[in-house]
Amino acid sequence: MTEAHDGHQHPGIDGDDGQTYYARRAQAIEALLVAKGICTTGEVQLAMEQVEARSPADGARVVAHAWVDAGFKTRLLSDPIPALAELGYALAETTTQLEVVENTDEVHHLVVCTLCSCYPSTLLGRPPDWYKSLAYRSRAVADPRGVMREFGLNVAEEVKVRVLDSTADLRYLVLPRRPAGTEGLSEEELAKLVTRDCMIGVTDALSPVSMASSA
Amino acid sequence: MAQTNRYRPGDRVRVRVDSPTHHFRTPTYIQGKQGQVVALCGTFSNPESLAHGGSGLPKIPLYRVEFPQTEVWAEYHGPAADTVLVDIYEHWLDPANQEVR
Repeated sequence: MTEAHDGHQHPGIDGDDGQTYYARRAQAIEALLVAKGICTTGEVQLAMEQVEARSPADGARVVAHAWVDAGFKTRLLSDPIPALAELGYALAETTTQLEVVENTDEVHHLVVCTLCSCYPSTLLGRPPDWYKSLAYRSRAVADPRGVMREFGLNVAEEVKVRVLDSTADLRYLVLPRRPAGTEGLSEEELAKLVTRDCMIGVTDALSPVSMASSA
Repeated sequence: MAQTNRYRPGDRVRVRVDSPTHHFRTPTYIQGKQGQVVALCGTFSNPESLAHGGSGLPKIPLYRVEFPQTEVWAEYHGPAADTVLVDIYEHWLDPANQEVR
């Protein structure tokens, strides 16, 4: 179909042409689940909205709070679900468990799912496309330091790198190191330094200096 | 529910080598490798049953196992202290000392 408007022509948007095999399969599975009474269309939409409502800003808020409140940090690391509930994140209803791992001067954690794309989406929203790529999934586990260098992070040789492969029933969130020179910053200012990538572990949190130079 | 957890943190284990025709969650790269249990993550429905319409019962223990990267990849470039941690269901693990190598 071709339509003329504004003095030029281009093909009209013809939705079904772009439907991938996987989109059609997902629709078929949803239709079957609804037909069999396992769930309703409304429940599917609610689940989608819950994931879409989350973003790395939610994770950043959690990390910044852990940086300023040592008691919260201890609770977050030992039993994250109740700790997150303190900040209003009700993850208890979700089926997958969450584990928070702390990056320190001695150990750096990096998260991958080599089997598929498991990700703490109940807190961070949907994963970035690169996280789901075969290149990341295969290389992060075999050459984590090389992958992190490509993200601009050189982890010192004396720092132990631990790769977490979330193959099963747990999802991992990295608590990055608090950057130097942030002693005077408020919790809101600190949250701006916490990127999605540093909660996956491919980078560190931003430093206030790099924020100032990019502004 | 009577639940026995075969392994404890600190135990040395070896991942079984298998390629069942059904769904499974033990990555091939870690099969046959030796590591150390660092945590019992809990007990979970068996994904090998769930994936095929089964009940997933009985629930099975899931362990976080830490492997030296140099044990997993013959050509690992990084320091010897580097590790990879994989969550593995109990029936995929054997005690490491069952075979001497």
